[in-house]
Amino acid sequence: MSRIMGLTGDGAVAYAVKQCKVDVVAAYPITPQTLIVEEFSEYVHNGEVHTEFICVESEHSAMSACVGASLTGARVFTATASQGLALMHEILYIASSLRCPIVMGVVNRTLSAPINIHCDHSDMMGSRDCGWIQVFVENAQEAYDWVIQAFRIAEDPDVLLPVAVNLDAFILSHSLEGVKVLADADVERFVSTRKPVFTIDPDKPITVGPICFTDYFFETKRQHVEAMNNSPKTISKVNDEFAELTGRRYGFIDAYEMDDAEAAIICLGSTAGTAMAVAKKLRGEGKRVGVIKPWVYRPFPAEQIIDACKDLKALAVLDRACSIGATYGPLCNDVTAALYKENVRLNVFNVIYGLGGRDITPFDIEAIFNEALEIAKTGMIREPIKFVGVRE
Amino acid sequence: MSEESKPGWRSIPIAGIILEPGSAMKYKTGDWRAFRPVIDDEKCTYCLLCWIYCPDGAIIREEKTVRVNYDYCKGCGICANECPVKAITMVEEKK
Amino acid sequence: MVRLRDLPAEELFTSGHRLCAGCGAGIIARMTMKALRGPTVVVNATGCLEVASTIYPYTAWKVSWVHVAFENAAAVASGIEAAYKALMRRNAWGKKVDIIAFAGDGGTFDIGIQALSGALERGHDFLYICYDNEAYMNTGIQRSGATPHGAATTTSPAGTKIPGKPEFKKDLIGICAAHGIEYAATASPAYWNDYITKVRKALEVEGPAVIHVFSPCPVGMRFDSSKSIEVARLAVQTRYWPVYEVENGRYKLNIKVPKPKPVSEFLKLQGRFKHLFQPKFKHVIDEIQMHVDENWERITKLCGEA
Repeated sequence: MSRIMGLTGDGAVAYAVKQCKVDVVAAYPITPQTLIVEEFSEYVHNGEVHTEFICVESEHSAMSACVGASLTGARVFTATASQGLALMHEILYIASSLRCPIVMGVVNRTLSAPINIHCDHSDMMGSRDCGWIQVFVENAQEAYDWVIQAFRIAEDPDVLLPVAVNLDAFILSHSLEGVKVLADADVERFVSTRKPVFTIDPDKPITVGPICFTDYFFETKRQHVEAMNNSPKTISKVNDEFAELTGRRYGFIDAYEMDDAEAAIICLGSTAGTAMAVAKKLRGEGKRVGVIKPWVYRPFPAEQIIDACKDLKALAVLDRACSIGATYGPLCNDVTAALYKENVRLNVFNVIYGLGGRDITPFDIEAIFNEALEIAKTGMIREPIKFVGVRE
Repeated sequence: MSEESKPGWRSIPIAGIILEPGSAMKYKTGDWRAFRPVIDDEKCTYCLLCWIYCPDGAIIREEKTVRVNYDYCKGCGICANECPVKAITMVEEKK
Repeated sequence: MVRLRDLPAEELFTSGHRLCAGCGAGIIARMTMKALRGPTVVVNATGCLEVASTIYPYTAWKVSWVHVAFENAAAVASGIEAAYKALMRRNAWGKKVDIIAFAGDGGTFDIGIQALSGALERGHDFLYICYDNEAYMNTGIQRSGATPHGAATTTSPAGTKIPGKPEFKKDLIGICAAHGIEYAATASPAYWNDYITKVRKALEVEGPAVIHVFSPCPVGMRFDSSKSIEVARLAVQTRYWPVYEVENGRYKLNIKVPKPKPVSEFLKLQGRFKHLFQPKFKHVIDEIQMHVDENWERITKLCGEA
């Protein structure tokens, strides 16, 4: 039977990992992921889980140990944030290229310098090309739900890619919510035990991680791209099964009031929740606005986003990270590329916000909606890239 | 193998894994050498030092003798240098 | 102690690898594979052994083998060890698997020291073998923390002003022993019996064990490929490379060298020390000899062999 537990975002992740009967966790603490490892340690030390918890000496070793454990056939989880994610960067590529179905919680905290422990998406964006499936959640409920789904997606023999579940630092990680949790037996049945496709079994020796010269490397990368491109089938299948189990329906994007929207905001993470609340208020005033919240960021849900935008006249893409020196922020680069590829001409402007945990308020969001509505009316973009919330 | 005959991305195992243990045996390193070791069976005491010291496993250990596997021997000369009874001579490979 | 004829004939590290002719690492890998006691998984850090033995689609390994990156062999081994424990606990795996991590001096002394230290401190059950060719040989003979004083490498060349590497070699076994592990030892492939016995002994330890083995490199140390074992023997006979073991903090000297040859006998065989034989740098040879003597005295004192 499901029940409601008061859990922080981090707590929800730890609880999901516990229920998924993970074999090995190798993790290093970093604010604000710390609650995940701390709560999980309590489960371990109280015998509530039989997980081998390796208190590694750095995040680089965390991901390295995870790769070793995953290749052995174990179900593996880790969590990190910010500098920790950056430190394990080289191993992220190796983990996905070696097709290790690791699940990782990333508590999105900005990358230094200056050092700052608060929320923005620069950490995951800095590693967005690492070949992992990447999911962003809006609240603790989604964090819980996606961690459970992540194990199924990652370990599916048609996928075999690691999955990162991103949740906003402090806003989600440390805020208490009522989370509907499933019964242990239900989760156990949903995720089952891992059935590895290949392992470093000493009875069937294989070589993993050889050097591939110019004559073979490209083929392995092509396979990796294919795996990522094929993953939507599995993601949808898992979302369907999860909906059947819980009634909570996930997909590639959450489209809020998009059917007849003229202007919309697209953004990742908790800000989408604020945007939806503002959109609801504006709808009450007769304004035709909507919100697109991608859950799945990689593989990029181009098709779903374009479908949601089909009658749209103006789109504000909110980026909680910069891609310094690029045309737009990372999400906006992805969105505009998708639009261009399908020949969809839509007025888009980019809003960079919330860096280093700078708050974005309903007031700010309302102004963004109004600007988008203005563009929907006039067809003219005054400021293609805006910085909202920074003091000039 | 020519470029055309190498397998494409659809046919090789994923993740660059090599499924056949010891497949390096298909790669004969014997053509590396400039000198080849020749064992004088008369002098050989079957001490097996050449066998244990060979970096390439190119000394085959048989029932009462050792012989060189010229498919792989790189001609390093360690066996000849270490043989306690000087039963191995390094002979130049003829071109 | 074993007899050569009692060692298994099967080669779990096969021919066909592309290590240089005369490579110490090849000798060490083959010898190690003769000492296995059961199912084994090998973790290999980036370096000569890894690269030359697994050029896709060829692998010289007949045991399960994994390479992840350069500095993390010990961390990967930790993950594998933990995974087997977890799998055994839920009855998904039934037998003991030995884990051997191979890394060069590059992947151990310098970039790999953190992962090694962490794994030792956490007490994972695995054997870590550092094959030490005293430089980053695979990338072109650059100096490492294991390069000895005076040696010429491409980043510590024998210049007119600075004759080779100014710094001295780190004491790896001292560092490992300081972690309180049950077994740490040095070895030389010239003494095959000592090495193979140590590998088996180390595998039988329940917990971390480290073996630091001298790996002669004809190309980087610059000597004729036929001399690898001779150099490895001289290293020991000049007391340059003391062969000892540390069991639970107790030091024991395995190879006594009552009449040591002068270290110059070892140096003169190798091109990397050639520059030291010029009159203006001869004092460096004296420094090396002094350091060898001091180190020998320190080790033998610890071994109770004053």
